[in-house]
Amino acid sequence: MKMQESASIPKFTRKDLIPGGEVKWCPGCGDYAILASIQKILPELNTPRENFVFVSGIGCSSRFPYYMNTYGLHSIHGRAPAVATGVKLANPKLSVWVMTGDGDAMSIGGNHLIHALRRNLDLKIVMFNNEIYGLTKGQYSPTTQMGQVTKSSPYGVPDYPFSPLRLALGAGATFVARAFDVDGPHLQAILKEAALHKGSAFIEIWQNCVVFNDSVFDPIVSKESRPDHLLYLEEGQPLLFGKDKENAVISEEMSPRVVPASEAPKERLLVHKSGLQDPAYAFLVSGMTYPEFPVPMGIFRNVQSPAYDEILDGQVKKAKAKAKDNSFMALFDGLETWTIN
Amino acid sequence: MPSDSGLASQERTIVNKVTVRFAGDSGDGMQLIGNLFATEAAWMGNDLATFPDYPAEIRAPIGTLNGVSGFQLQIGASDVYTPGDNPDVLVAMNPAALKVGLKGLKDGGIVLLNTSSLTERNLQKAGLTKEDLDRIKSSYRLYEVEITKLTQLAVNDLGLTPAQAERCKNFFALGLISWMFNRKIEPTIDWIKKKFAKNPAIMEANEKTLVAGYRYGENAEIFSAFPLYDIPRARMNPGLYTNLTGNQAIAYGLVAAAKQAGLELFLGSYPITPASEILHELAKLKHLNVVTFQAEDEIAGICSAIGASFAGMIAATSTSGPGLSLKQEALGLALMLEIPLVIVDVQRGGPSTGLPTKTEQSDLMQAIYGRHGEAPVVVLAAKNSADCFHMAYEAVRIATKYMIPVIVLSDSYLANGSEPFRIPSPNELPEIKVQLRTDPNGFYPYLRDPKTLARPWAIPGTPGLEHRIGGLEKDSLTGCVSYDADNHEKMVLTRQEKIARVQQDIPDVEVLGSPDSEVALVGWGSTFGAIAQSVDELNRSGIPVAQVHLSYLNPLPGNLGEVLKRFKKVIVPEINLGQLSRILRATYLIETIPFNRVLGVPIRAQEIVEFVHQVFEGVVA
Repeated sequence: MKMQESASIPKFTRKDLIPGGEVKWCPGCGDYAILASIQKILPELNTPRENFVFVSGIGCSSRFPYYMNTYGLHSIHGRAPAVATGVKLANPKLSVWVMTGDGDAMSIGGNHLIHALRRNLDLKIVMFNNEIYGLTKGQYSPTTQMGQVTKSSPYGVPDYPFSPLRLALGAGATFVARAFDVDGPHLQAILKEAALHKGSAFIEIWQNCVVFNDSVFDPIVSKESRPDHLLYLEEGQPLLFGKDKENAVISEEMSPRVVPASEAPKERLLVHKSGLQDPAYAFLVSGMTYPEFPVPMGIFRNVQSPAYDEILDGQVKKAKAKAKDNSFMALFDGLETWTIN
Repeated sequence: MPSDSGLASQERTIVNKVTVRFAGDSGDGMQLIGNLFATEAAWMGNDLATFPDYPAEIRAPIGTLNGVSGFQLQIGASDVYTPGDNPDVLVAMNPAALKVGLKGLKDGGIVLLNTSSLTERNLQKAGLTKEDLDRIKSSYRLYEVEITKLTQLAVNDLGLTPAQAERCKNFFALGLISWMFNRKIEPTIDWIKKKFAKNPAIMEANEKTLVAGYRYGENAEIFSAFPLYDIPRARMNPGLYTNLTGNQAIAYGLVAAAKQAGLELFLGSYPITPASEILHELAKLKHLNVVTFQAEDEIAGICSAIGASFAGMIAATSTSGPGLSLKQEALGLALMLEIPLVIVDVQRGGPSTGLPTKTEQSDLMQAIYGRHGEAPVVVLAAKNSADCFHMAYEAVRIATKYMIPVIVLSDSYLANGSEPFRIPSPNELPEIKVQLRTDPNGFYPYLRDPKTLARPWAIPGTPGLEHRIGGLEKDSLTGCVSYDADNHEKMVLTRQEKIARVQQDIPDVEVLGSPDSEVALVGWGSTFGAIAQSVDELNRSGIPVAQVHLSYLNPLPGNLGEVLKRFKKVIVPEINLGQLSRILRATYLIETIPFNRVLGVPIRAQEIVEFVHQVFEGVVA
């Protein structure tokens, strides 16, 4: 906060981010907590309010821009990363956020998502994962668990679900994290790190859909479950969990394995490092799923690599330095011309 | 340096126009020498139009009929509207090219045949026999030249491999044709020197071959019986000229418009034949404030352009028919957002993948009507390659003035064909005045300009104008989501009215040809040249017909209804099954006589002339 006061950037508060008008999510929806967290961290980012742009696709989560008093564009289903790409390329000074859901990002918009991540364009892609299609009233999504009964899968979901984190890692994302709606402080810390990251950031947020998929994450995120089934990743710390940190995760034949902490061989004990260039460790940890493993929350990967907009800017500067002329007539430079009198 | 020999020039016949077709394997460099011959003609003041015609495969099997790549051009001393219906001269590099190229060659036309290629195997691949060759000899003026062998001789002291030497043979053909038509080869020599500056051996080989071809014409005995031609200069508007293809012209028109608007240009695009060169051209122009983004797919192409427009750039996307289909949902978003956007559709043969390298005008309906909901957009069409510049420019002007998406229709024929383009000075171009909103006082996202109904362009980064827009129906003032029934009707009508008001801002149609005639030929897009030429011919032969050409398809020009009602018969030639014809009938409640061809090639002037004769004779009503 001190930094912000010293800068010449006009201050704004959380209140300034509330545009007025009703928020129309269902009562009790996890989206409210995410909205509150983002409204809390934005004033802390040392960026003027007019430089924030929230772009979304279609779905409950994609109504998000309407509830933020910043610039916002509610686009069409799945296409938010592509729209946001244009916004960012037009003005790299903007802080551009993509607000999306599991259906929007992983199903209809899968292509745009992987390419936005691959390019390392400086976008913050926030995916609300409730493992269901909410706005269309309860069909299974690409992240719904196999076998789950939904409106469109009366005999159980026949598809294997995506791992959003592994998809993002596979696409080359330089920042990959996971958080969940009801732990505000953790979520805010992750969002802030993402905002400060230069390059593409992918944040999966587990979000409870009270109407169509209520409590689906409770076996992991409820207060009672957390000690044994949830693992907060902390930089430089070993992967320990349990009420008294009595369990450890070690690596065995390139796979994770849970052992009592007292028996964990030191050289095989996993110690969290998000800054590794090679995504192999992040891939291993992101494969820890319920109920065999405690489910990790936190930053899986956070590496620096030149961002697409920086690379492009470099090309433009080089081209401009080389060009003798940038007037209208320069358009026709290098073409064969002749004069008719 | 070769010069016109006095002897040759004495024997030259002056012709007003000539059509030449170069044909060879798709790796033979026919497109290249076709373009270079066009440049030579342009340097000598000829008007011209070109038509490259190549297979969809990059390298079809050598020597086969499918692999034949052609390049046709017409050069002339007066207005050249088309690349010519029927060539006067065919240059055939192999038997397959001969067989394909003969189609349409004028009776008694000249054939220059590379006899080095007449092997059994090549003849077999082309399905030609010795008897066929004899028949060709009796129907056409066949000149047999061992082009490959003479090329190898010309470069034999340069130490090239036989394959490298053979690859120069297209320049031999160009040299010979240049001599035949008395076109100077200096522009080609300049081009070779620039192009191969980094490869002196190849540079020298190509130049030597070109000169050898030219000298062969001067010296070879066979050509003493050969008719030699000259084509006087055309009368063209004074100015600085260059040759532009339609795709280049689209790219330059967009840049010129962005410059005039004082904004940067963004192109979001996905590679597709025959539109990719627009992306290639613009990608080179970073120093002129152009950002190009090669998107992951067609949808991302237009969506990125929507984002760039929202953020204050002149934004465009370029594609062909299949891509336009994919972009339609996003195009609906753009018109709902009411942001400026240019969509260039370089039409090709459809439906589905269709004929990727062939031309058609079959996207008119999808351009005007292709979206769900009441979703009107402005649709313009270029009439020739040079006009692509002006229509791209015009699209930016209208899009920014009215805050709407505008579709520009071109086609494969215009995209690849080239013609002389007079480079305008910036002050001859129409004004493009863009006002980005900065004042927060009284700002509402959908508060409209009373005249144009344009809403303010308020871009991210502007303090105090933070607002949200999207694809849901919006309140007519605040832009907030609104499901109110009356508001929706008001917005649907307003979006329609915006398009209607563009009519005040576009020129009336002109009647060309015989204005007092009872028959009009009404066209749009690339049929302009063929219709103009047919009207010319018909009027000269005493059959009075008029031409009405539409550059604006939606909205249509204000006077069009009144103009069409002056004629008893309205003939509508199109390369589709009557799309404009149907629109004219529905809009003006008039009868039309459609004339439709869908051969993947431009309609020929002669076909139109014959059709008009049939109309006059009462065969077609």
